[in-house]
Amino acid sequence: MVPLSYYLVLSGILFACGVLGFLIKRNIITIFMSIELMLNGVNLSFVAFAAHWHALSGQVFVFFVMVVAAAEAAVGLAIIIAVYRTRETLNVDQVNLLKL
Amino acid sequence: MTPTLNPLLWAIPILPLAGAAINGFFGRKASRNAISAVALVFCGAAFAVALWIALHFSSASSPYYFPLAHWIRAGMFSVDFDFYLDQLSLVMLLVVTGVGFLIHIYSVGYMWDDDGYYRFMSYLNLFMFFMLTLVLAKNYLVMFIGWEGVGLASYLLIGFWFTKDSAAAAGKKAFIVNRIGDFGFLIALFLMIKHFGSLDFTHVLAAVRTLPTETAGAGLLTAIGLLLMVGAAGKSAQIPLYVWLPDAMEGPTPVSALIHAATMVTAGVYMVARSSVIFDHAPTAMTVVAIVGTLTALFAATIGIAQTDIKKVLAYSTVSQLGYMFMACGVGAFSAGIFHLMTHAFFKGLLFLAAGSVIHGVGGEQDMRKMGGLRLYMPWTFATMGIATLAIAGIPPFAGFWSKDEILWRAFGASWVYWLSGVITAFITSFYMFRLMYMTFGGDDYRGTVAQEAHGHGGHGHDDHGHGHGEPHESPWVMLGPLVVLALLSVIGGFVGYGNRFEHFLAPVFQGATGIAPETAPESASSTLEYLLMGVSISVAGLGWFLAYLLYSRVPQLPARIAAGLGGLYRTVANKYYIDELYAVLFVKPLIDGSTTILWHGVDQRVIDAAVNDSADAARHVSDNMRHMQSGNLRSYAGWVAAGGALVIAYMVWMGVR
Repeated sequence: MVPLSYYLVLSGILFACGVLGFLIKRNIITIFMSIELMLNGVNLSFVAFAAHWHALSGQVFVFFVMVVAAAEAAVGLAIIIAVYRTRETLNVDQVNLLKL
Repeated sequence: MTPTLNPLLWAIPILPLAGAAINGFFGRKASRNAISAVALVFCGAAFAVALWIALHFSSASSPYYFPLAHWIRAGMFSVDFDFYLDQLSLVMLLVVTGVGFLIHIYSVGYMWDDDGYYRFMSYLNLFMFFMLTLVLAKNYLVMFIGWEGVGLASYLLIGFWFTKDSAAAAGKKAFIVNRIGDFGFLIALFLMIKHFGSLDFTHVLAAVRTLPTETAGAGLLTAIGLLLMVGAAGKSAQIPLYVWLPDAMEGPTPVSALIHAATMVTAGVYMVARSSVIFDHAPTAMTVVAIVGTLTALFAATIGIAQTDIKKVLAYSTVSQLGYMFMACGVGAFSAGIFHLMTHAFFKGLLFLAAGSVIHGVGGEQDMRKMGGLRLYMPWTFATMGIATLAIAGIPPFAGFWSKDEILWRAFGASWVYWLSGVITAFITSFYMFRLMYMTFGGDDYRGTVAQEAHGHGGHGHDDHGHGHGEPHESPWVMLGPLVVLALLSVIGGFVGYGNRFEHFLAPVFQGATGIAPETAPESASSTLEYLLMGVSISVAGLGWFLAYLLYSRVPQLPARIAAGLGGLYRTVANKYYIDELYAVLFVKPLIDGSTTILWHGVDQRVIDAAVNDSADAARHVSDNMRHMQSGNLRSYAGWVAAGGALVIAYMVWMGVR
């Protein structure tokens, strides 16, 4: 059986990749995907703990997260399309009207 | 004696206050007739009430009191707005309301053409309110309200012509010098609260009576007495705080008569007399009072010799006569001091009003060298002022003779030094007063010119009523009336004291204050001695008159030659011994310099301003740096969040490992 720590390390790596991508990428789509990656890293740790402790609540949380992520993806993609239509770019550095 | 309730008491101070309020708030638009009516009716009503009370009051009566309202309640300590009237207050009450009412009438004529007429009348009524509060107070704190209030009224009225620099400065000087005295008074009040737990006259004086007399060394009562004397010296213009009174002559002449001669400046004497028991138990303080009074009397009189401004002569004369009153209190003759206070109010009020009439008549001129021969132009003023001069010089049977003789007799009982100083002062007083008379009214020709227009003596605010002629003129009857009444009082006022009646009337107040004072001692002394001393004081008064006649009427060239012969001494006296200059070098200049360099440039600019500015600068620098965190770059925020999260995790991991 694969020990719990393997899952957790993988989950941490996935989350770290997400954070890194979020911070260094400029394309909004890529940033959006990085957020999904972070969510899935967390999901992995949830199911790993649920399997380890034989508790269902972890699995239930994962379903919640998936639903929220789906809703978020719908709204987020709609915003991205709207941004692209007005600004004709997906580079976040050029979408900075609110900046000081 | 238990005091009886008398609800009329509170009406006396409140009436002038109502008059002041009405004139102050509505006077600007009102006609002069309406303003005069309000001022005179309310002041006159106070006088009428005072007379009504006086009619029912005798030496044997128990004091009246009336509790108006609670004021301070703090544990066992309480101070209330209580009014109190005994024989001493009654004398003061009648003097203040009586002389005050006459001066109100006079002011109607004197100030009629002034633009600030309503303001003047309102201030006068306000002064009456505070003065009556002072006189009728039942405890030291209410007295202190009146004390400060008359100071305020005095300030407002000295600086009445505030567009004139000298008047504004004189008002400030009076106020500041009085603060020094009030400081002493306040400390005395604190000492009373600490040691007697009360400020009520009855309680404090009863508590003091039970204490032993501080004959050996100085203790609490000596301290209280000396501090009270500091307050009295400020208000009553005694050495070393007398300097404000001559400057106060910048105010309109009725003010000089009412506040700076007849009533307010005698508040110090009243306060010392009211605290007679304290002084009686503190011989050291008593001696200080006597010495200060004697020195002031002599010192101010010598300055009076060389003054040429008619009001300045009277001002120094007032200081000198106040010194007389303190000398009387200092030798334990409180009733003689109050007696002189009363007669002085009559004749000095009259002198000032007559001087005002002269100034009015010659169009604002105050320099006596530019007067002369005025008896031909203003006979009534001449006659009344002549009576006042005879009274102040101590010529029998005028009022001043009786009170002055009483004081000198008592002073002789204490020490011949006081008596001698008093007699010399009487001589000088007689000399400078008759000098004033000869310079102003004597001679056959008028030396000045009455300007046709722009009458105002340096913005004096004085008007000529549009008289077309260039000669001095007699004042209207609204001004002469009070002069005549006061002249009458100056003639007969002294007979109140005939056969020690005045002293017996005041005896209930000064009971217990006669322990060591030779209040009764001189009665047993030989009456030949008394008549001898009386003869001496009359003859020095006559001598002063004769000398003034010789110098200023017979051989008018002589004074200038004498002045030239004396040289430096004359200049010193004419310049008031350079006391003002001395104070300027000793106190005023160091204070201003110290304030400028240490307090302004040092503390204010380097510490307070610096602290405020530096903290503002520091806040700006810090926030300037912090501003860069708010870059608006979304990913830098996310980076901060990630870094923070990493930090928290690292901390938790590290704690977990440990």
